[in-house]
Amino acid sequence: MNTIFAQRRARLLAMKALRDSYIPAEQAARCPACGAETPRRAVTQNLSVCPQCGYHDPIGAYHRLSLVLDPGTFKELNAKYPAADPLEFPGYREKLSQARRKTGLNEAVVTAVGAVGGIRCVVGVLDGRFLMGSMSTAVGEKLTRAIEYAAKNKLPLIIFSASGGARMQEGILSLMQMAKTSAALARFSKTGKLYLSVLTHPTTGGVTASFASLGDVILAEPGALIGFAGPRVIQQTIGETLPEGFQRAEFQMEHGFVDAVVPRAQLRDAIARLLRLHEKGGRL
Amino acid sequence: MSAELTAAERLAIARHPQRPGITEYLDGLFTDFFELRGDRLCGEDPAILGGVALFHGMPVTVIGTRKGKTLEENVRFHFGMPSPEGYRKAMRLMRQAEKFRRPIITLIDTSGAYPGMEAEEHGQGEAIARSLYEMSQLTVPVIAVVTGEGNSGGALALAVANRVLMLENAVYAVLSPEGFATILWRDASRAAEACEIMRMTAPDLLRLGVIDEIILEPEGGAHLAPSIAVRQVDRALSRQLAELVKKSGGALAAERYEKFRKLGAQKEDP
Repeated sequence: MNTIFAQRRARLLAMKALRDSYIPAEQAARCPACGAETPRRAVTQNLSVCPQCGYHDPIGAYHRLSLVLDPGTFKELNAKYPAADPLEFPGYREKLSQARRKTGLNEAVVTAVGAVGGIRCVVGVLDGRFLMGSMSTAVGEKLTRAIEYAAKNKLPLIIFSASGGARMQEGILSLMQMAKTSAALARFSKTGKLYLSVLTHPTTGGVTASFASLGDVILAEPGALIGFAGPRVIQQTIGETLPEGFQRAEFQMEHGFVDAVVPRAQLRDAIARLLRLHEKGGRL
Repeated sequence: MSAELTAAERLAIARHPQRPGITEYLDGLFTDFFELRGDRLCGEDPAILGGVALFHGMPVTVIGTRKGKTLEENVRFHFGMPSPEGYRKAMRLMRQAEKFRRPIITLIDTSGAYPGMEAEEHGQGEAIARSLYEMSQLTVPVIAVVTGEGNSGGALALAVANRVLMLENAVYAVLSPEGFATILWRDASRAAEACEIMRMTAPDLLRLGVIDEIILEPEGGAHLAPSIAVRQVDRALSRQLAELVKKSGGALAAERYEKFRKLGAQKEDP
């Protein structure tokens, strides 16, 4: 019985992941970083990493989950939690429905329970295709519920960030999600379970200044832009151009804010190892 | 109460150069203020002023943003935009308040965290995140007062409080209206338009449940009668603090959690 459900779940996630990563096989993809043309199929097989220069192209939430979770373990949390327009912001509802049509997502985050390397955990993934992965009230609420679920069930927690920051159209209530998610993490921490934060391109603004920076362990994908203020704002403030590599994952590791920069192909193994290292065990 | 003012008009009052700032509030609200400096890690950020003082005889920890009065001071204090060192100093002082069981009062007037290269190198995002995380767990009373402008995570980092009070013409928003207009329409000159849809005035925020009380200002704005404004803040703080000091540490932390937990949560549960 269980295997039937597991197979069904595996198929479901595979289909959603396919929708995320689907591209006609015959077209060539131009890498935004090095400009190299590679057949689409080769890029997809390489986990959307440019085979020439190693540029990590952002990927959708379900695609990400399918790369990380053990097959058949994916179970989505609060899948139908709706986006909101709490400030009745002009034109926002249309923007939301456009984003929904474009991505097939309800909001910019997908939360789930699953397992990595056989260890059950709660996973949240921000999706940069949905209004730049910006933090809305729904994103904050879904993440908070996932954190609370992990705390209640004593499960480790993993959050993949990819976000332009606060959702402007939800104004101050978007800002408040920073406090809400951070407070939930403070409570979660008391359970003694691991919170692993994975920073992907780009992670900026209010997301950097809340849950993304609060991991017990923080990993980042190569080349990911990670910072609080955006490069344009900084350039305007200081009146000069920023050096190469500023605010990139490697820069953040050098400055002590990231534990390890891990290429996408090795991420699953790194996560599984870290989860194992934070389990109880051994005999002395 | 000047309820007819538009958000842009209130913003102009909030930014008025003669508006009472941290110096006036420190002098008017507290006695025996002793400034404490440094984050004990690597630096001291003068954009945040903090220390211990007496509030009606009760020892409290006071932390606030500081803009400075002269242009020279403005530059030195980054116009009240804190660096990571400032937030880390604030956290250090809050941890001490916890140790000595002192209530914490924060005074906020900032256009946001400082967006400079060094601030990024020193982990501006991490400093703000950690401040939110730590403030949410404090077991002493915390009251935040937005006295002028409170923008972005840079303001929120000092505002995870049991009570958030706002002066009548203060503004509190996700970003400055200029920044907001730039992000949304790529046009900073539409800031006035942004003001009216951002819901950043005290009455709007009271309705949204983001703040708990509006402190009335003298007709036309606090700068026209600073001593009256300071007295109004004094009254509000005394009343709120009297309520909070009766509560246990656990209750204070729990109610602070709930206060932020419910913001932006929808009732219908699919």
